[in-house]
Parts: sequence; structure tokens; C-alpha cells
Amino acid sequence: MSNKNVFFNPFSKNNPVIVQILGICSVLAVTAKLEPALVMGLSVIAVLAFSNVIISLIRNTIPTNIRIIVQLVVVAGLVVIVSQLLEAYAYNVSKQLSVFIGLIITNCILMGRLEAFAMANRPWPSFLDGVGNGVGYAIILVIVGFFREILGSGTLFGFQLIPQSFYDAGYVNNGLMILPPMALIVVACIIWVHRSYNKDLQDQH
Amino acid sequence: MNKQSNLYTIIYIFVLVVLVGAALAFTSISLKDKQQANADADKMRQILASVNIYPSSDSIIVDYGRYITDSYLVNENGQKVEASEKAFDVNVAVQSKKTASERLLPVYECRLSDGDVKYVMPMYGAGLWGPIWGYISVDADGTTVYGAFFAHQGETPGLGAEIEKPAFSGQFSGKHLIKDDTFRPIAVIKGGAVPQDGSDYVDGVSGGTITSKGVAAMLDKCLAPYSKFLESLGGR
Repeated sequence: MSNKNVFFNPFSKNNPVIVQILGICSVLAVTAKLEPALVMGLSVIAVLAFSNVIISLIRNTIPTNIRIIVQLVVVAGLVVIVSQLLEAYAYNVSKQLSVFIGLIITNCILMGRLEAFAMANRPWPSFLDGVGNGVGYAIILVIVGFFREILGSGTLFGFQLIPQSFYDAGYVNNGLMILPPMALIVVACIIWVHRSYNKDLQDQH
Repeated sequence: MNKQSNLYTIIYIFVLVVLVGAALAFTSISLKDKQQANADADKMRQILASVNIYPSSDSIIVDYGRYITDSYLVNENGQKVEASEKAFDVNVAVQSKKTASERLLPVYECRLSDGDVKYVMPMYGAGLWGPIWGYISVDADGTTVYGAFFAHQGETPGLGAEIEKPAFSGQFSGKHLIKDDTFRPIAVIKGGAVPQDGSDYVDGVSGGTITSKGVAAMLDKCLAPYSKFLESLGGR
């Protein structure tokens, strides 16, 4: 696979969320508002890229039977460092992320990419793979966050978008949109649209 | 060297953990001062928010020094006490777990631009997913709430997290903590209901029932020890 494919495939044809169905749990947790969804996406891009590079650098020295533990130690260490840096230099962002930053450790996309790609490839392709998959994840997060915030709260990034006159005329925010189940339904709708454009991804019967 | 041998595995993981541990310790130590300064500035911002002052991020420390004229600790009987820590450094989370008679209760005295004096009291409690905390300010006579600020660690965005919005905290202004000469914590209830005992109330957050109950419990638990202090203010 060329470096270009490594980078661009996860955007659509091999998207970690809607094709590989990984990382669904965090999509559910952080997408009620657009802003945490975006920051979470950026954090995952950073952690995924660096952990991919580190694991790729030491891939030939890792004993096979403890490779998962080694990956976990590297990811957990990176996540703690990222959260400490945010706390020192971007305090407000770190306050918003609070628990979400810890959730990155348990994100299945990270373990999936480390195990499937970084363990078998050189650092540069691993870096591209990390950024690509992170972006693929962030795209879905932002789309889901967009629909949940605009329909659930009538705002985007906290700014009121649906005018007061709509509410006066009887429009009501959909309270279901900010509850976790709607995240899965929105993801399912994205998958539906995506598959209908990409016939080769459909199951053949 | 055999990379699958037990010895290699043990040495490998040992070295890795020591390296990662050292990296984490180094990050933590080198960033500690900056983090503490950020945390202190944030606390000052929260205290000022409870008296409806919202400084820009550059002027927090200056504004805190200008408006907060004094801070001290009181005990359950409303008397000032001396302690080894300064009022600002007292950990409200730890204090709120002690029995009322053992607690150190911080009070921040605030003088607004128009000369009015307000008293700010910190609060700490539990929401649905984690801690919630806040600051509440009262007028100089100690009976009426002037302003309130609430924050949370990880309440659900759009539901319990709404307690940090002005739409919720703004309701507290003008409510009475002391009514008919007795202390009554402000109730947080579902819209339409009225508390039985006649205390003042605000509307809870819809969809955030447990967080709202947490706020009510926090108001009760953290402000009740101040009741003697508040009553003593009215006598001045």
C-alpha cells in the first residue's frame, strides 16, 4: 500500500468508525456538543500519531507475549503527558476535556492501529496511518456532534443558531438528541448514507 | 538474544516502565508550578464569578486583589479561627467530609465598586458522575443571596452540565438563606413544585435530576455550618 493510500483510506473507504466500527463508545460519550467532539478528535489524532511512531520504532524489540501490555503502557504514558501539558498551557481546554482525555486510553482505535499497523510497518507510514485514522475518527465525531447539538440544543459551539421566533412559533428542541442512544442512531444513519454511495462495501447475499 | 525468553520479557517490561515512569515524573515536576498557578487563577475566577464579576483571563489576579479585600476561616459557631493554612488554600472537598463541628469554613470578603460588601462561601458535593462545586455570595446582612457559581467535573453535556450555565446559577440571586430568623437552605426542585417547609427554591435542570439533587444536597450540607456566621452578620 502506498503512503498516500495509508493516509487517505481511513477518511472514507476504511474509516475506523463507520467501516471498522471501532471507537463507537467514545462517539457516544463526547458528541452531545460540537466543541468537546472537536477537541476530542484533535487529541486522538495527536495521541494516535505519536503512539504509532513510538511502537513502530521499538516494534522489533517487543516480546510477542507482552506486546499488548507494552502498547498500553506507551498509550497511557502519552495520554497522561498530553493531559499534563494541556493543564499547564491550555487550562480551559483541559477542564473541558477532563474525563474524555482519559477515555482515549480505552479507545479501541488506538489498540487496533498499533496492533494492525504500527507493529508491522516503519515509523513514517505508521505516523501517516495514525494521523489518517485520527482524522477519520474526528470527521465522524464532528458530523455526529453537529447534528446532535443543532437538533438537541439549537446551538453550535454554544452559539444560538435557531432563532427565538422559531421557538415562539412552537418549535421545540429534540431532547432525545442529547441522550446517548441518538449518537448510535446518527452513526447508523451515516453508515447507511456512506454504504449507499460505496456499493463495494455492501454485504453480498 | 532470545526475545521470547522469560528473562528478556521481564527485563524489557521493567526497563520500559522505568522509562515511562521517569518521563511522567519529569513532566509532572517541570509543569507543576504552572499548573498550580493556573488552578489558583481559575479558583479566583470562580470566586469572582459568584459576585458577578467576570474578568478577562489576563486580569484575574489583579481583579481578585482589588475586589476580595479579606479572607478568613470561621468555625461552626461563626467565630473566626486561626489555622495553619490560609483560607484560600483550605481544601473544601476534605472539609466537607468532616462533621460540622470540626470543619474549617473559608469566607471571602468582597467589596464591590459601589462599596457594597458581600461574603462568598465555597461549596463542594457530588453530582451524577463526579464532584460538583461552587461559590455562593450573600449580602452584607447575611440573609439574601447575591450571586452563585457552579462547576462540575464530568456531568453530562446538555443535561447535568447545565448547572454551570448562568440560566441556572442566575436563579439564586435574591433568594433567602435566612427567613423568619431561621436558616433555610435553598431547595432545588422540579418546576411547578413548592417545598413543604416554605424555604426559597430554584428550578432544577430538566434531564439532570440527580445532578440537581446533588446541588440541593450540597447547598444544604455546605451552607448549614455557616448559619451561625450568617446570623451574626445580621446583628451588625
